[in-house]
Amino acid sequence: MSAVIENHHDDHDHGPAKGITRWLYTTNHKDIGTLYLWFSFAMFLIGGAMAMIIRAELFQPGMQIVEPEFYNQMITLHGLIMIFGGVMPAFVGLANWLVPMMIGAPDMALPRMNNLSFWILPFAFFILLSSLFMEGGAPNFGWTFYAPLSTTYAPPSVTFFIFSVHIMGASSIMGAINVVVTIMNMRAPGVTLMKMPLFVWSWLITAYLLIAVMPVLAGAVTMMLMDIHFGTSFFNAAGGGDPVLFQHIFWFFGHPEVYIMILPAFGIVSHIIETFSRKQLFGYSSMVWAMLSIAILSFVVWAHHMFTVGLPLAAEIFFMWATMLIAVPTGVKVFNWVATMFRGSLTFETPMLFAVAFVVLFTIGGLSGLMLAIVPADFQYHDTYFVVAHFHYVLVPGAIFSIMAAVYYWIPKWSGNMYDERLGKLHFWLSFIGVNVTFFPQHFIGLAGMPRRYPDYALIFADWNMVSSIGAFLFGFSQLLFLFIVIKTVMGGKKATDQVWEGAKGLEWTVASPAPYHTFSTPPKVD
Amino acid sequence: MLFNLLSFLKRNTFLIALLLLVSPFMQADWFALNMTRGSTDISNEVFELHMLIFWICVAIGVIVFSVMFYSMWAHTKKKNPVPARFHENHKLEIAWTIIPFLILIAMAVPASKTLVKIYDDEAGDINIQVTGYQWKWQYRYLEDDVSFFSNLSTDLDEIYNLVPKGENYLQEVDEMVVIPAGKKVRFLITANDVIHSWWLPAFAIKQDAIPGFVNTAWTIVDEPGIYRGKCTELCGKNHGFMPIVVKVVEQAEYDEWVFAKKQEAIKLAELTTKEWTAAELVERGESIYEVNCVACHQTSGQGISGIFPALAGSDIVMNNKDRNIEILMEGVQGAAMNSFSYLSEVELAAVITYTRQSWGNAEKGDGEIVIPKDIVDYKEPKI
Repeated sequence: MSAVIENHHDDHDHGPAKGITRWLYTTNHKDIGTLYLWFSFAMFLIGGAMAMIIRAELFQPGMQIVEPEFYNQMITLHGLIMIFGGVMPAFVGLANWLVPMMIGAPDMALPRMNNLSFWILPFAFFILLSSLFMEGGAPNFGWTFYAPLSTTYAPPSVTFFIFSVHIMGASSIMGAINVVVTIMNMRAPGVTLMKMPLFVWSWLITAYLLIAVMPVLAGAVTMMLMDIHFGTSFFNAAGGGDPVLFQHIFWFFGHPEVYIMILPAFGIVSHIIETFSRKQLFGYSSMVWAMLSIAILSFVVWAHHMFTVGLPLAAEIFFMWATMLIAVPTGVKVFNWVATMFRGSLTFETPMLFAVAFVVLFTIGGLSGLMLAIVPADFQYHDTYFVVAHFHYVLVPGAIFSIMAAVYYWIPKWSGNMYDERLGKLHFWLSFIGVNVTFFPQHFIGLAGMPRRYPDYALIFADWNMVSSIGAFLFGFSQLLFLFIVIKTVMGGKKATDQVWEGAKGLEWTVASPAPYHTFSTPPKVD
Repeated sequence: MLFNLLSFLKRNTFLIALLLLVSPFMQADWFALNMTRGSTDISNEVFELHMLIFWICVAIGVIVFSVMFYSMWAHTKKKNPVPARFHENHKLEIAWTIIPFLILIAMAVPASKTLVKIYDDEAGDINIQVTGYQWKWQYRYLEDDVSFFSNLSTDLDEIYNLVPKGENYLQEVDEMVVIPAGKKVRFLITANDVIHSWWLPAFAIKQDAIPGFVNTAWTIVDEPGIYRGKCTELCGKNHGFMPIVVKVVEQAEYDEWVFAKKQEAIKLAELTTKEWTAAELVERGESIYEVNCVACHQTSGQGISGIFPALAGSDIVMNNKDRNIEILMEGVQGAAMNSFSYLSEVELAAVITYTRQSWGNAEKGDGEIVIPKDIVDYKEPKI
C-alpha cells in the first residue's frame, strides 16, 4: 500500500513529455497557459492583418483595394477574431499561468477540462476563417450580427459562424468554471478571499460574468439558427418576430462581455503599478468592491447600446443614469492607481510604461464612454467613428496594453530570461505613438459625422482618415517587433532572479525562474 | 519687438518647419474636428450639451493626469528612493466617490431635460413616412399622397476613382426630401428589409428604421437650405451609399412642389393604359434596373455567385412569365429578394421586360414581354 503511494508521489516529479504530444495531451496549467497565449498572439496577428486591409481601404476616399462586400467581411471578422480569439484567450492564458501560482495551488482544479477548453478553440477559428473561402463569402454583418441582416439576409456561411460561436462559448464557459473552482477550492491555507492578489479577484469576477452571459450568446445564435433553418420567426417581423429582441439579447451578453475584456486588465495593472512604485496598493478592498460594483452594474446597462432603436423615454433615462453610475467605481480605480504611484519610488521598465499608458488612455476611453451615455448627445455620436475611437481606446491601449504589460512583467518568470529592455521600450513607444495617431483622430472624424462600417466616405473626412491609417500601419508593424522580442526572450537572454523585480510581491515570485513544471505540490505557508 | 520675434523664430524652428511642411495639406478639412452646431432649437441644445460634457471630461482628465504626471516626475526612484508607506484613507476615498457622483448628476439633469423635449412627440403639421430599403430611402407624404424613392446619385466612376470626385461626393441623391420651413415635420421611420438608421446631424435626429416597427422623430427647421445625412446602421453591402438629403423651402415653394409631384403621379398613371412596344419598355426598364436591381444582380445580370442568383440565362426569366411577375410582386420567402410591389405598374412591366430581353435571354427563351396591363391583372383579386 505504502509502495503505491510512494510511486504516485514520484509521478509528480516528472517533467514535460517530449514532442508534440506534450502539447496535445497536456493537463499542466503552465503548458496550457502557454498554448492560450501563443494562440491568442496568432489570432492577434490575423485580426491585425484584417485591420490593415480596412485602414488601407480607408486611406483615401473612393474604393481602391477591396469591394464593399469584402470590406464588410473584414470588419466582421476583425471584430470577432480580436474579441474571441485575441483578447479573451490571452486573459485565459494569463489566468492559467498565474492563478494557481498566485494562490499557492499545484494546478487548475479541472486539468483535463482545461486541455479540452483550449483544444476546441483552434477548431472554432478554423471554421470561422474557412468561411472566407465559401461561396457567398464570410459573415458580413458586423461582429454584433444584428438580425435580420444576419438571418434572412446573411450569406450561407452564417451557419458555420453560428457553430463557431457555439464552440468559442463552450470553451469560455469551461475555462471560467475551471477558474471559479480553482479559486474557491485550491487556495493555500491562509490565502483568504480578501488576501487574494487582485488579478485573482479580477478573474474570479470575470469568470462569473462569463458563466452568466456566454449561455445568453449561445441562446441568441441558436435562435438565429432556428430562424434560418427551421422556419421560426424569433427575429423576423414578417413572421410576427421582433428584430429589437435580438439586440436586447445580444447586448445583455455584450455589455458584460465588455467588462470581461477589461476586468483582468484592472488586476494586471494594479500589480504592475504596485511593483514599480515600490509601495503598497492604496486601497485594496476598495479596488475589490469597485470591480464587484462594475460587474453587477454591467447587467443593467445593456440598452445604452440601443438608444436609437426607439426605446420609451423612461427606459432611455434609466439606462442613461445606470450607465453614468459606472463612472463612479471606475473613477475609484483610476484614483487608486494614481494614489498608489503618489510619493512612491517609481521606475519605468517596459511593463510599467504599458501600465501607465493604460491608466491614461483607458481613462480617455472611459471619459468618451461617459459622453456616450448622455442620450441626446448619443443621438449624434451613435454608430459614428466617435464610438469606434471610444471602444478602441478601451480595448487596444486598454485590454491589449495590459496583456503586453503582463507579458513583459511575467515573461522572466515563465522563461527564466529577462527580455531586452531597450527593445521593450522601443516597442512601447512605437505602439504608444501608433495607437494614438490611429485612434485619436477618429474622435474628430466621428464628431464631424462619419458613420462607422463605411467602406467609403465624403471628402471632408479624408485628411484625418489618412492620418489614422498611417498610425494603424505604424502600430500594426510594431507588433512584429513584439513577436521578435518574445521569441528572443524565450530563446535566451540574461538570467532572471526568482523575485525578478525589486518591488514584486506575491507567491509567484517565491518560486524559481523559470517556474518549475510543477509548483506548490505542497501548499506554501501564508500568514 | 523685432528681437522678440527673432528669438521666437529661433526657439520654434522645428515647429515652424513642421508647419511649412504640412501647409500644402492645411485645407479646411483639418478643422473638421467637432460636432457641427445644429440648425434647430433641439440640435443646438444637443450641441451645447455635448460641449458641456466635453469640457467637464477635459477638466476631469486634466486634474487626474496632472497629479499622475507630477508624481511620475517628482516621485521617481532617483528623487524619492524611499517610498511613502501610506494607504487607505477613508476621508479621501469617500470624497472621490461622492464628488464624481455629484458631477454626474450635474451632467445627467440637463441631459434628461433635453431628452424629455425630444420625446415631446405630438402630431406634426406634416407627417412623412420614411422607409429604409437595401439601399435607398422611400418617402411618403401621408397628407398629400406623394411618394418617391431617393437614391445615391454619385457616379460609380467617381467611387472607383476614374473621374474626379464632386463636391458632394456620396452626399447627393436623385430626389431630395422637401419640407417647409417653420413647420413641425414628423418622420415615421421604418424599414422594409433589414435595419437601417435615419440620421440627419443638423436636426440631431438619429432613429433606427426597423422592419415591423414605426419610430418617430420630429423637427422644426427655420432656415431654408439643403441638409445632408446618412444611414447609420450596417445594412449590407451598400450601407455607405444611401445618403439622405433634405431640402427646406418656404411654404409657397413647398406647395408648388407638392402640386408638381401630384401632376407627375397622374402622368405616370396614364402611362399604364398606353400601348407599349418592347423597345420602349426595355429603354425605360434599363434605368429602373440600374437603380433597383444592379446592386445584387449586377449590370451583367450575372448576380454574385452563392448569394444573389443570375438573371442572365435564368429559366424563370427566360420562360416563365407568370412566376417572373410573381417573384417581383411577392419577393422570395427566406431570401434577400424582397417584394417590389411598391413600384408602379409601368416600372414593374418595364424592368421585367428589360431582364427578359437582355443578356441574350430573349434569344434563348420565349422572348415574351410584360406590359403594364399584366401587372394590373396580377393585382386583380384572384378567385
